[in-house]
Amino acid sequence: MASKGFDATSLPGFTAIAAIAFIALYAPIITLVGYSFNGANSISSWGGFSFRWYEAAWANATVQEATIRSLVIAASASLIATTAATMAALGTTRRGSFGGQTFIYVMINQPLMVPEIVTAVALLIVFASVKVATGYTGLGYLILAHAAFCIPFAYLPIRARLEGMDLSLETAAADLYANPWQTFRHVTLPLVLPGIIAGAMLAFVISLDDVVITEFVKSAGQDTLPTYMLGQLRRGVTPEVNAISTVLLGLTVLLLTVFFLLTRKRD
Amino acid sequence: MTETIAVEARNAIKAFGQGDVAVRALDDVSVQIRKGEFFTLLGPSGCGKTTLLRLIAGFETPTSGSILLDGKDITSDPPNRRPVNTVFQSYALFPHLTVAQNVSFGLQMQGRPKAEVTATTDRMLALVRLEAMAGRKTSQLSGGQQQRVALARALAPQPKVLLLDEPLSALDLKLRKEMQTELKRLQTETGITFIFVTHDQEEALTMSDRIGVMSAGKILQIGGPRDIYTRPANRFVASFIGETNFLPGTLRDGRVILASGGSIEVAATLRNAGNVTVAVRPEQVRIVPATEPDALPATITDLVYFGTDTHCHMALADGSEVVARLQSSVSGEAGLERGGRVGLRFAPGAAQVLGE
Repeated sequence: MASKGFDATSLPGFTAIAAIAFIALYAPIITLVGYSFNGANSISSWGGFSFRWYEAAWANATVQEATIRSLVIAASASLIATTAATMAALGTTRRGSFGGQTFIYVMINQPLMVPEIVTAVALLIVFASVKVATGYTGLGYLILAHAAFCIPFAYLPIRARLEGMDLSLETAAADLYANPWQTFRHVTLPLVLPGIIAGAMLAFVISLDDVVITEFVKSAGQDTLPTYMLGQLRRGVTPEVNAISTVLLGLTVLLLTVFFLLTRKRD
Repeated sequence: MTETIAVEARNAIKAFGQGDVAVRALDDVSVQIRKGEFFTLLGPSGCGKTTLLRLIAGFETPTSGSILLDGKDITSDPPNRRPVNTVFQSYALFPHLTVAQNVSFGLQMQGRPKAEVTATTDRMLALVRLEAMAGRKTSQLSGGQQQRVALARALAPQPKVLLLDEPLSALDLKLRKEMQTELKRLQTETGITFIFVTHDQEEALTMSDRIGVMSAGKILQIGGPRDIYTRPANRFVASFIGETNFLPGTLRDGRVILASGGSIEVAATLRNAGNVTVAVRPEQVRIVPATEPDALPATITDLVYFGTDTHCHMALADGSEVVARLQSSVSGEAGLERGGRVGLRFAPGAAQVLGE
């Protein structure tokens, strides 16, 4: 396409800068993945290829518990966030324009702008008093907190999908005797579903690797995989952390690939 | 009389925007559309024809005035409670459903029994000759086939009125001709009232029982194709539908004294109205020898060959242009040529006097 006119590759140092940027991005990750297969106890000196740290992590009861806890929180939080985000997206795209529209849009995306540490401290204070008042100390706090900061990540792809939809389809449904609920159920929802799934995946991934808010909100014995790993680093690092990281990385890449496939396809 | 009226608009006004910037897309429109007729709303883009259609469908609410269906006021009914279906310009077929599911959508939303839904869907697919495509996704169909699915989908619930919003505009010429015949056949077979919106005058003339010509939010004239063509109510209608020669003059005692000199006899019933315009269709202009008495003298400025017809452009004494459409065989034999001096006559009753 850029056969004539401006071509960025002709700028001085283009190739070198691109190479440095990619090395900076991927070298640490490649090192991390490489050492997860280390046979030795070190994360910096190679002792032959081995799966021993994967086996160790797999057999570690604390890791198992943290993994299950992480998955439960991510699944519940992304479900709640996606439902709320779908309603918010409908509320901001399927109605006449109203005063304060931009303000509402900013409000929905608040977690993208407020520093996470601020949200974490705020939640810590609120939940502390709720805990005292109700005596409940379960996973509910973590699920609620995760759902809250996942909403914008679910909202954006769903909104994009709704905005890209041909509005005459919903008009046609109404013309063909569908009441508003039937129109949503039989036309809007099936057509926006790829956006909803994509939003849910993104929310799941965001919840899965959260550290800051989780660290502040969790009660004793409520470590998720990332906070467990953070705790391990304080003691003395073994390639077990690399192994867990690699699995987490694999899962995230998989989910995000599905996300990109779903949001890219236009039909 | 009222039971023969399917749809009526009473003093319908639709304004978009507010206050000083408000634009009247529909400006006090009243029209009665008869049961079982093929009614066309014809006009240039932005004339309000689609807005009127959307008011009847229920997609818009009039700013004032009312819409009646079978004599019942439906102005405030939502589209899903109106026994009226639409064929959209973009077809608006549901991309996630098959052809058969698209066609049965309306019936299912109405909660018709399953057996009836299946039977009607099959019948509709047969009506538009798409039985073989029932299981396909709509994206796998050609433009003409999608058009027929849209028709079948809108006809399946047996609406009282079918609204068609420029449904043929996306098709190529040959397919458009086929679909014109197809639409007319479907309308005759189903007996459903069709309200068809188009900017294509030929489409309107060939298919309609009656035409409403619209401009700037108003209906200027309603009548049969022949009425509209031969007796246009004003200059806009005359120029929008077909080609017309306009000749300025003054009306006096049943004759129009043309500005170019000479005069034409017109209907004697017309009152003396001072300055008028006479409209004459090109095919009503006769070319006679310049020597003939009472003929308007003219000079041929150009001859344009169109196959069966030849258009003969002529200048009158004051330089105003008149076009005559002649059969090519006739013009060839008459020995017409550029620069030739000829006389003009108009066929009896061909000259229409238009108010300014």
